Amino acid sequence: MTRTLLRIAAKLAWVAVVFFGITVISFWVIHLAPGKPTDLQTTLNPGASAVARERLEKIYGLDQPIHVQYGQWVTRMARLDFGRSMSGDSRPVWDKIAERLPLTFGMNIVSLFLTLAVAIPIGVASAWRQGGAFDRLSTVVVFVGFAMPSFWLALLLMRQFGIVWPVLPISGLTSLGFAKLGFWDKTWDLCRHLALPVFLYTFGSLAGMSRFMRTSMLEVLRQDYILTARAKGLPARTVIFRHAMRNALLPVITILGLSVPGLIGGSVIIESIFSLPGLGQLFYQAVMSRDYPLIMGSLVLGAVLTLAGNLLADAGYGLADPRIRQSGGGAGAQSGGQLEAASAATSDAASGTTSGEPSAASSGKEGA
Amino acid sequence: MSARRRRPLAPPSWLERYGMLGLGLLLVGGMSLAALLAPWIAPFDPNAINVDALLLTPSFAHPLGTDALGRDVFSRILFGGRVSLWVGFVAVGISTGIGLALGLIAGYFGGLIDEIIMRLVDVMLCFPSFFLILAVIAFLEPSLTNIMAVIGLTSWMGVARLVRAETLSLRGRDFVLAAKVAGAGPVRIIVRHILPNALAPVLVSATLGVAGAILVESSLSFLGLGVQPPDASWGNMLMDGKEVLEIASWLSVYPGLAILLTVLGYNLLGESLRDILDPRLRR
Repeated sequence: MTRTLLRIAAKLAWVAVVFFGITVISFWVIHLAPGKPTDLQTTLNPGASAVARERLEKIYGLDQPIHVQYGQWVTRMARLDFGRSMSGDSRPVWDKIAERLPLTFGMNIVSLFLTLAVAIPIGVASAWRQGGAFDRLSTVVVFVGFAMPSFWLALLLMRQFGIVWPVLPISGLTSLGFAKLGFWDKTWDLCRHLALPVFLYTFGSLAGMSRFMRTSMLEVLRQDYILTARAKGLPARTVIFRHAMRNALLPVITILGLSVPGLIGGSVIIESIFSLPGLGQLFYQAVMSRDYPLIMGSLVLGAVLTLAGNLLADAGYGLADPRIRQSGGGAGAQSGGQLEAASAATSDAASGTTSGEPSAASSGKEGA
Repeated sequence: MSARRRRPLAPPSWLERYGMLGLGLLLVGGMSLAALLAPWIAPFDPNAINVDALLLTPSFAHPLGTDALGRDVFSRILFGGRVSLWVGFVAVGISTGIGLALGLIAGYFGGLIDEIIMRLVDVMLCFPSFFLILAVIAFLEPSLTNIMAVIGLTSWMGVARLVRAETLSLRGRDFVLAAKVAGAGPVRIIVRHILPNALAPVLVSATLGVAGAILVESSLSFLGLGVQPPDASWGNMLMDGKEVLEIASWLSVYPGLAILLTVLGYNLLGESLRDILDPRLRR
């Protein structure tokens, strides 16, 4: 019990440190631009008037010393007060972000389930017959999947299903006259608009997830208890589903948490290609118009979501694997805990460098 | 799926062992050669606008057609390849340099230094890197130098972790102790004894990193925040292609194919290097 408490305390300390780091780096990004941030806004954004500039000077407390500015900025962030957007409507940044979140979340969650539903069977089947025809075929597909830029695939699909064989809408979230439709027609309309984007999200994570599942499954299949199970004469089905797969699924929990930044990054491209009003498109528009408070708000939010994803994965792993609950104390107290160990093997993909299995996580393809 | 029919780990055939390496080398070599020799093999000036040849379909004169400004797509792909490879190499050079330095320091000295560096890695990994890159590019100008620097500065964490782990395991080895006893200072031990032994996985990760950097650069250019027109890059060619998707499909096919093949080549090369350099990981 004390071990668990210690582990939780260590984890909280880690979160505090990382959160502090996130705010420092974000704050540093603001000051990256030459001159005052307000200069940048007013010269590059013609929409910002002298009044806006004055207001900004005040909001950012630019007459204060830098550590005071930082303190004020963090305090406002903590209250979800990201300031107001620089674009024409001048609405609070948080409101603009909040109304965009459901779509991006929704698409990601749907595609996450689709990814798991497809990737787990592929990974299990490839591992069960390592080197077999299916394994070889899926390896080829995985390599091509890793190299496929999602925006290119998007263009090809838009052409195929929007122009050559026009069965799907290729832009926006709803058709004209959406408001007049009944509930089921509305749902159908939404599904048609989201089919291609969700497919692209899924495809983007599929290669990494199935490869990861395969590696994990291979690892488990080498264990003695699998040999025992087979020696007992259990049918293959029982060995795979009861003995092997349940254990092989554990690391997938971690990879799910680690794929958050990749999914957030990927939403920029997919949402701007298909003109979908989600967080990614909002961020892209903010970058293009240099809507500075909006950029900072999204950046911090993205990092915090990633942090939350890591924590959830960590907690999920602990819940799912009794070995960690019982023995994780020692390792956990050190610093990052279980996630540290698990992510060491996989997070390389998050940075795009990949050193695990062929780019172990979906995040390797982030932004591509 | 009967267990009896399941083959034990069959020894890889010749094709399996060298096919991946061969294909990777072929793709990487071919693309690099094409990019290097672009000024000599490109049939047209990549930026020359020709109003008499707008959106021509692929033909003998223009093997991959022309774009909306009458520029030769084949020539632009060749020159775009120069940009992609250059960005890939420089960005990976930056990230590998930072990752190596921080990883070696963290792993060798341990303690507080290690703690600080590793927490920095954790923090950097929390940013969706594409968001961070876009945010920085929004504040700076989207120039080639900035893109390379930003990609490099946001992708060193994997290398740092890798090198740190490697250093930790090498630090206690006998040859390091021997060097210490012989009176070698930390710098000498790190540079002469640890670094050479930690290079293999770094090489693998750098090769795969080039693929990643090329994907990020082309995504940025596709969004209009990377290589700026009129200069060609595979990403901004696809951006142009999107505008005329309905009438000129070749514009959105070939540049993407170039990205796919190049990235595939580097991934294959990286994976084969891993197999060759580290037989323990061979499955």
